[in-house]
Amino acid sequence: MSEPTNVLIVGVGGQGVIMLSKVLATLCQERGLAVKQSEVHGMAKRGGAVFSHVRFGEQVWSPTIPKGKADLLIALEWAEALRWLDYLEPEHGVLIADTKRIVPPFSCRDRRVGATSSYVEGAPAEVIEQVAEGYALDASGMARELGNERAANTVLLGALSTKLPFSEDEWRGTLSRFVPPKTVKVNRAAFDEGRDWVSGRRDGEAPTAPKLPDMISRARPGAGEKLDIEIVPEWCKGCDICVRICPERCLALNSEQVVVLIDRKACTGCRLCEWLCPDFAIAVRHSYVAEAVA
Amino acid sequence: MGGNTKKTVPDAAALPNEGAAPLSGNEAIARGAWEGGVRVAAAYPGTPSTEILEALAEYPRDDVHAQWSTNEKVAVDVAIGASFSGVRALSAMKHVGLNVAADALMSQTYIGVNGGLVLAVADDPGIHSSQNEQDTRLFARFAQVPVLEPSDAEEARIFTALAFEISEEFDTPVILRSTTRLSHTRSTVSLQPRVEKDGGEFVDDPVKNVIIPAHARRRHPLVLEREAALERYFDDSPLTRWEKGSTDYGIITHSTAYAYVKEVAPDAHVLKLGASYPLARETVRKFCDSVTRVIVVEELEPLLETEIRAMGIVIEGKDFVPRAGELSPEIVRGALAEAGLIPAEDAPLALDAVAELARPPVLCAGCPHMTSYFTARNLGARITGDIGCYTLAALDPLQAIDTTVAMGSGIGNAVGMAMSGTEEKPIVATIGDSTFLHSGIPPLIDAIYNQANITVLLLDNHITAMTGGQDHPGTGRTLAGEEVTAVDYEKIVRALGVEFVRHVDPYDMSDVQRTCADAIAFEGVSVVIADRPCVLDPVKIKGPALNVKEENCTACQACMNIGCPAITWSDTLFEGHHKVCIDEEMCIGCTLCAQLCTSGCITVPEATVAASA
Repeated sequence: MSEPTNVLIVGVGGQGVIMLSKVLATLCQERGLAVKQSEVHGMAKRGGAVFSHVRFGEQVWSPTIPKGKADLLIALEWAEALRWLDYLEPEHGVLIADTKRIVPPFSCRDRRVGATSSYVEGAPAEVIEQVAEGYALDASGMARELGNERAANTVLLGALSTKLPFSEDEWRGTLSRFVPPKTVKVNRAAFDEGRDWVSGRRDGEAPTAPKLPDMISRARPGAGEKLDIEIVPEWCKGCDICVRICPERCLALNSEQVVVLIDRKACTGCRLCEWLCPDFAIAVRHSYVAEAVA
Repeated sequence: MGGNTKKTVPDAAALPNEGAAPLSGNEAIARGAWEGGVRVAAAYPGTPSTEILEALAEYPRDDVHAQWSTNEKVAVDVAIGASFSGVRALSAMKHVGLNVAADALMSQTYIGVNGGLVLAVADDPGIHSSQNEQDTRLFARFAQVPVLEPSDAEEARIFTALAFEISEEFDTPVILRSTTRLSHTRSTVSLQPRVEKDGGEFVDDPVKNVIIPAHARRRHPLVLEREAALERYFDDSPLTRWEKGSTDYGIITHSTAYAYVKEVAPDAHVLKLGASYPLARETVRKFCDSVTRVIVVEELEPLLETEIRAMGIVIEGKDFVPRAGELSPEIVRGALAEAGLIPAEDAPLALDAVAELARPPVLCAGCPHMTSYFTARNLGARITGDIGCYTLAALDPLQAIDTTVAMGSGIGNAVGMAMSGTEEKPIVATIGDSTFLHSGIPPLIDAIYNQANITVLLLDNHITAMTGGQDHPGTGRTLAGEEVTAVDYEKIVRALGVEFVRHVDPYDMSDVQRTCADAIAFEGVSVVIADRPCVLDPVKIKGPALNVKEENCTACQACMNIGCPAITWSDTLFEGHHKVCIDEEMCIGCTLCAQLCTSGCITVPEATVAASA
């Protein structure tokens, strides 16, 4: 008995991972194939990572795909593609990924001068080099051009369709049953766009991955090392505003109800306390300013 | 088209009476219940079980009445009532929901059933969205009721229908145990017509139905007899399946673990137990005698292993198979290899995942809960949390929840803190609307009764949001979509004796801040109702997006303190700090960030203002 085909579809909550999986699973089922489609949701709508395993063939046992066994990895978001790369079959696995970047708020938490986002590095061209066969396309941009960025998943479905043994008509028929009636047209166009993009490459036109905008730029490293917080105790009336607003919680009121800096290391020099103090009792002295002026 | 998540369930009424359809485990349980002639179904939503009732609600109302109940105990009591009246009834819940309903189950196991009674309980191995990974099979043993464990959607359908038969034949409630993996895996299910049961009726039998001590003493021996009879039944039932293999060892397994076993050891002798309790002992003994070595592959607790060991049989299991977490083909392969039963596989030649980007779920852009927690933290409170989306406020950057225990625990926890005498901070209990109705009212009565000095922040977003937007008694709509009178929280709270009750709009930060400060200053129980609908359900809210006038932004990032996912760094800097920008797609225009902005640089785009004027 032949091994099942494994398709792993990944993205971020709300992007339409589940819809893609359902189209594929339905198509397989109508072809009379055994199919299992497994997802974990619940947190899905809240911007968390979402993934769906689709396995089909003559006989499918496990609902999940083992690491290193995905024949196809479809990623609706760039960092998610990289997260799941180890699931791709290294010898022949195909990666199809949107270069769309959704930067989670958690990766922009470091307020220090010179801080960088923790969003993953990894240029599309380099990643495509690593995999047996790979396509990195600006599916979101293509869908936006067509009038609805949310159809980006259908662009990827179009790309996926060239890699699986179902006819174009079967794909279209199933797809139109899963999208809202008003959006059938844009989704059909999106499907064609993805299909053409990959086919174009196959015919030797080699469409190149679109250049990503630069990763969030780096500030001058080390520039924030010199920080000074000046507090004028006589002017402080103990209103507590700075203590409450400080994102790093490095201020506190002392026994005389006057603000003091309790954690100099934690201070990032964001200046919220300075700007919000109604009594001008706090000033943040920033070496960066001096450098910039000089 | 992205994320049409509202309607996750196909219109079940549109499914034919023959052929096949790809259904999730939950949809298959609903299908099996419908085919088995269920007449009444009740549940409180809980991942991963929620879609069972949602799917049942799609079947014709004349076939089955499906309802959301205020909590799992009420839901099970409703199902029990229907069973008393002679019809088949089902209640669905997540594993921890059974804790809430346990009181009713522990009585009902003595009482038995009139119409078939099935509890569909979905466990969450791996803790994908729960507070623990308790194993419901232990509950089945505790309650001495049979537990059926399907391994895929088709079995989920068949086992559910069969569960009603077993329930009636053996006069017992039956637990049908699912897991997250089964509930949320879609596979092909064959469709059968509904078996219509003739209308039942209430049977007068006080010794059975009224479980006072004298009656209970007479019922208990019957429960033990029933257990023995069920054991014999499972010995002969197709639920217990012995699959001959070609190995010298054998594997005893259950649930989705069976699928992993078949994936990695297709040639092994396998004893698949469709019912984990009571154990089909005779079959198990024969199976163990037929091979040289037996390993039990079971997810979570060693229930089968312990029971089989108690029979005096030497077996292996949890020495190799982990007791915590969800199983997978890789884990089962590793366990069998470690046990020396299958050859260890060479480490697969795999690519490296490039980086682990933390992407936990977060409160949505525009989520009204952001203000409530931002404020409570600003007021320096000790904050007890509860179960719902808002538990996410425990994470960075809000970090505004100090404790979370279980559904409805927050207010009781706050009372205990107040009584401890050690807490110097003001004590604020936070609880969502659905959770308040589920189990938040008795602890509030307790707080009033015992004169606790606490503030309760009732986060009313008009929906059960975490599980995907289900109605509840406060929304004024039932599962079937009927309009009913919505619960009036202020009236309830006042009737309990709370004197300080205020409404605030979470989109007005300063009002929330002032009102909460007043509430905290109030000596005694104060209640602040933060009233704003969820931005996702029942209607997705989208107002004009705000934008950042970059030249005015001083990169203080105060706006980022509410944890809105629409706000991120821009790639321009001010004094070395990142300025911010707002994702137009995500922003719903709630203006909370603009209210926090220290430089007034966050505004509604002029074009939008002109267009909407």
